Amino acid sequence: MAAVDVPLGTALQRRGQSNLGERVFEIATLASLVIALGFLILLIVQILQGALPLLGDRGIGFVTDKLSPRVARTGLNQAIIGSLQIALITVVVAFPLGIATAIFLEEYASDTWFTRIVDVNIRNLAGVPSIVFGLLGFAIFVRLLEPVTGGSTALAGGLTLALLALPIVVITSAEAIRAVPLSLREGGFGLGGTRWQITRKLVLPNALPGILTGTILALARAIGETAPLLVIGAATFLTIDASLLGGLTDRFTALPVIVFHWSKQPSREFVDAAAPAAILVLMLFTLTLNAVAIWLRNRYEKRKA
Amino acid sequence: MAAGELNGVSLAGSPSRRRRETAIRWALQVAAAVSIVVSILIVYSLFESALRFLLSLEEISALWASEGWQPRSLHFDLRTIFVASIIISGVSVLVSTPLGVGAAVYLSEYANPRARRIVKPILEVLAGVPSVVLGFFALTFITPNVVKVIFPSANGFNMLSAGIAVGVLTSPLMASITEDSLRAVPHSLREASFGLGARKLATTIKVVVPAAISGIVAAFILTISRAIGETMVVTIAAGGSGSSPFQASPLEPSLTMTSAIANLALGSDAPVVGDPFASLYFVGLLLFLVTLGLNILGDRLVRKYRRAY
Repeated sequence: MAAVDVPLGTALQRRGQSNLGERVFEIATLASLVIALGFLILLIVQILQGALPLLGDRGIGFVTDKLSPRVARTGLNQAIIGSLQIALITVVVAFPLGIATAIFLEEYASDTWFTRIVDVNIRNLAGVPSIVFGLLGFAIFVRLLEPVTGGSTALAGGLTLALLALPIVVITSAEAIRAVPLSLREGGFGLGGTRWQITRKLVLPNALPGILTGTILALARAIGETAPLLVIGAATFLTIDASLLGGLTDRFTALPVIVFHWSKQPSREFVDAAAPAAILVLMLFTLTLNAVAIWLRNRYEKRKA
Repeated sequence: MAAGELNGVSLAGSPSRRRRETAIRWALQVAAAVSIVVSILIVYSLFESALRFLLSLEEISALWASEGWQPRSLHFDLRTIFVASIIISGVSVLVSTPLGVGAAVYLSEYANPRARRIVKPILEVLAGVPSVVLGFFALTFITPNVVKVIFPSANGFNMLSAGIAVGVLTSPLMASITEDSLRAVPHSLREASFGLGARKLATTIKVVVPAAISGIVAAFILTISRAIGETMVVTIAAGGSGSSPFQASPLEPSLTMTSAIANLALGSDAPVVGDPFASLYFVGLLLFLVTLGLNILGDRLVRKYRRAY
């Protein structure tokens, strides 16, 4: 056969010829990664540029003062409290419900029609646009349950975002529970434990880091959401004092709502200084939560490996 | 204990222990049922109000034959908000597909484990930036420094800028699903290709990507669905008020399905007669159905590649 006569080194030559294409492709894929991350850096630089002068001027007052129509005097007091109220309600409502659903799906449910419906339903709920959750919240929590929530209040907003966070909590918790090795459960059953004892004493402690990661990400998402709160009727300006627990059934506002409102102001001062400063405070919350979640997961994965 | 002594001993456990187990099972099942109740409430509230809105219309042709989306004058031209949604999600996938697929190919085929450990969390941080922040960025950075530089005639609020920002916002989602599907391709396929003399470029483009295609298509569909449902970027960067004439140029402002809802909810340009919120639920229902359809399709494709390998 002729191919056998090919002298050594021919293949190496061909390789030399088309190395360019190989390099270009690798660099192109790297470039798309760099561009995506570049946007993140640009965004942070842009926000710091606008925010730092104002924060330097105002110091801690920008966080503790109440909202004011004047840039020089406005603070984020009620917005921060509103966001904390939302976070609190999400933790109290979505976390137990979501984790319980995940335990049911992974540990208790057999393959019945009910289980299948819950499963499909959760996956679809996770993809529902956030503003649709706002429409639901307005119909149910603001209008139907007005005697309980008091209308467009922190309670109504928090419950709406808790429902939005629920499918995320379920999906991530179920994944964490599924990752616990079956042998652990079998060992537990062998010792005569009941299903609940095994779930509580063996499965949950092992799935905890994964569950925490998921719930923290869900919380970050709830704190950063704006659209449902606009539909619910969150205030863009408040004169009343906000209080974390006492004010659950009062009118409320939240950090992302204030960011939105200030971004749309005709006054340049609001758009150029106050809005970036509010974004910085908001991102301090969401990025810290994200970082904690990612750190937890990486630590856990390393331990498993 | 001798084995014989077990005779006659019930292995079912004490009745109180069994009762507790049953109670816990029931409690968990009730928690699981909550999510179904949420879905039923969503569908019910959307349909109920949407129907009320349709019945309140004097002429059904207000949904397509009018000159724009003007709720105050009872012009609910669906073309206006559909076309805007299509333009913005179209621009966004033009941005998120190369960024997301490129990043995914790099992470899955080229990056060493160390680089991946550093870069992946940063991508996740980008995915975690609140959309209202990206909206602000689109309005104050992308519009003046990108769009207006290339197209000086562009409006201060325009769909192009919003589309680019939505693309940036959704590219981590695209990257993450695509990378999952690329990594699900078995190594034996790559090794066979290398063994035939192909190198990285040919292996990636002719073997790995085709093998992962259902996952990549799923990423594309789910990203479009996310882009259509994105509200804040569009509301901030693509249009200021609650009404808009029909607009097909990406350089002009317009209203998408989502920003039409947000603006109506904010009370700008609400109809003075009837229930202004009914029309908003009608748009919400359309949005829900469109994204649900896309999500089901995408989900099915994701499971196809998971099953294949």
